Amino acid sequence: MLNALVAFLNFVFVPGLAYGAQLALGALGVTLIYGILRFSNFAHGDTMAFGTMVTILATWGLQSLGISGGVLPTALIALPFGILVTALFVLGTDRLVYRFYRKQKAAPTILVIVSLGVMFVMNGLVRFIIGVEEQAFADGGRFLITAGDFKAWTGLKEGLAIRTTQGITVVTAVIVVVALFWFLGKTRTGKSMRAFSDNEDLALLSGINPERVVQVTWIIAAALATIAGVLYGLDKSFKAFTYFQLLLPIFAAAIVGGLGSPLGAIAGGFVIAFSEVTVTYAWKKVVTYLVPADMAPDGLLQLMSTDYKFAVSFAILIIVLLFMPTGLFKGKSV
Amino acid sequence: MKKLLLASTATVLLAGAASAQDVKIGIILGFTGPLESITPSMAASAEIAIKEVNDAGTLLDGAAVTSVRADSTCVDAAAATAAAERLVTSDKVAGIMGADCSGVAGAILQNVARPNGVVMISPSATSPGLSQAEDDGLFFRTAPSDARQGEVMADVLKDKGVTSVALTYTNNDYGKGLADSFQQAFEAAGGTVTISAAHEDGKADYSAEVGALAAAGGDLLVVAGYVDQGGKGVIQGALDSGAFSQFMLPDGMYGESLIAAIGEGLEGSFGTVPGTDSDGAEKMLELAKAAGFDGTSSYVGESYDAAALMLLAMQAAGSAAPADYKGKIEEVANAPGEKIYPGELAKAIELLKAGTDIDYVGATAVELIGPGESAGSFREYTVTEGAFVTDGFR
Repeated sequence: MLNALVAFLNFVFVPGLAYGAQLALGALGVTLIYGILRFSNFAHGDTMAFGTMVTILATWGLQSLGISGGVLPTALIALPFGILVTALFVLGTDRLVYRFYRKQKAAPTILVIVSLGVMFVMNGLVRFIIGVEEQAFADGGRFLITAGDFKAWTGLKEGLAIRTTQGITVVTAVIVVVALFWFLGKTRTGKSMRAFSDNEDLALLSGINPERVVQVTWIIAAALATIAGVLYGLDKSFKAFTYFQLLLPIFAAAIVGGLGSPLGAIAGGFVIAFSEVTVTYAWKKVVTYLVPADMAPDGLLQLMSTDYKFAVSFAILIIVLLFMPTGLFKGKSV
Repeated sequence: MKKLLLASTATVLLAGAASAQDVKIGIILGFTGPLESITPSMAASAEIAIKEVNDAGTLLDGAAVTSVRADSTCVDAAAATAAAERLVTSDKVAGIMGADCSGVAGAILQNVARPNGVVMISPSATSPGLSQAEDDGLFFRTAPSDARQGEVMADVLKDKGVTSVALTYTNNDYGKGLADSFQQAFEAAGGTVTISAAHEDGKADYSAEVGALAAAGGDLLVVAGYVDQGGKGVIQGALDSGAFSQFMLPDGMYGESLIAAIGEGLEGSFGTVPGTDSDGAEKMLELAKAAGFDGTSSYVGESYDAAALMLLAMQAAGSAAPADYKGKIEEVANAPGEKIYPGELAKAIELLKAGTDIDYVGATAVELIGPGESAGSFREYTVTEGAFVTDGFR
């Protein structure tokens, strides 16, 4: 019984939780841009890559100066620098590209295509600067609990491993989400952002400066993207190409939760992450521990081969769009 | 080039005086296309075997051997067929050394070699599909089929007493082909493959794949992937989650970078990689060095062996007609008999003339099995104290 629980925790819950937190942070950025600027920002995945790249370069700089985070990854110290550079870069993009279309009151579809263009440029830029190869930048302690130690402590047959990066991901995600909700709910700027999102005309009438709201939104989105990207890179590995692939699950998460709804983005992130892991997980081991020995299954009890991992996000996306077009948390319909 | 020209003119003159017979060998390789960087060395290697025979001047009582090069392009079957057609009909070659790539080799075999009854010996086509091709006994290869490694892997596991494994492969022709042939061989030997799951290269996260592999279980994990791609990611994930602690690593996973990336966790894992301990490989390097090209380049040894086998089979049959000598190729290549290494072709011809059986070992320890393909020689290794240690050859 305990073995079944541990196997489940080790192969489904812990990876799913960390992945879900990374997706949730990414989806929050997408949802904020959608709520306030009113378009789907396809460049978000590559904004994450850009932010991570700057953080990696800063991490290398710190490491060469002999500064390290001890048990924690040095990248956490470099993170604020990464956020700063990414925010400046994104603000520059807004000034150069998006503002032009905003002034023209361009349709959301046009802005989506524009963001696609921005995506390709950022994609190329990241590859140009840091290269297409995998970059490892995680340092510090690798594990909070290793599978071997856990087995020795508990005497169970199954091990439970928790990586430091998985712990950091969840803790950071909680802090960031709490900070974001406090900002949106309690501060003057946050309130003006929500007002702008709910009703643009009314917000303008009450004297809210739209350009300022837009700038703050970009800065927050850049911060969220950089944090999500760095956490993902620390936990897995950095490669320019994989961030581009993250775009689909992130959008799926944002839409499932309800575009424009921050709470929905978080819920959506976990829904997508856990569905991807549980649907492709082979339940044989867990079930074998639970049922009497003579009823142990021969098959793998795997719903779908792991090749179809991405198809799961697609399927959920389509089901939600068909039956709940506004998402789980009543966002804006797409 | 000048030297080569001089040498070949000299031999042509010499032989022309002495013999009534002129033997032509076609060398059809991808001099343009994806393999253009390695084919010049392959052709040069085949040509030194021919030169060696000419220098001896004893083949078929003084026949002069000349080579005619043609371009297989590696990828364009139509162009390769046309080139081979020219070799056979206009140059009237007695045999073809080539083609290099599996696709064009198959096309030439079916469209040119079989209709005209010409022998083909490919130095580098490794597709398992060619083993089943209809060939009228005309097609041979000195490179092992990819399917062979699967059998060798199964043998290694059997010897180590491993009966149940999980299997993951990179989702392409190489990974799938190797995984299938391994699974077939392993199950035939009484082993169990608990799961055979593909992984995509270039992902950051393999926790779902590792989860499925772990659930299926097994004594160890066989990773038919690439050393700097998904294979590494799967191993890292399996070690992190404690799913597997030992791995079997076939040729795609052999590389120092894996030890550097994974570190201690790889200790005790083992695998196979093509390689031979025969003295032939070293002699080949010397021959190549003397001839002024790079002997370490891919398939150089196989190319020399292909040309040498063809010439020795002619001597054994006493005729340069493909119909006569095609049956002699396996006889010359395999035991029993006196072992022949690169640079000993003159000696081999003398032995054959005297009626002594020879066993051509050559640069790559050639042993032809089944439908005329090299058994291939594999090196078995274990990771011990952070280094690849050779356990033996099979």
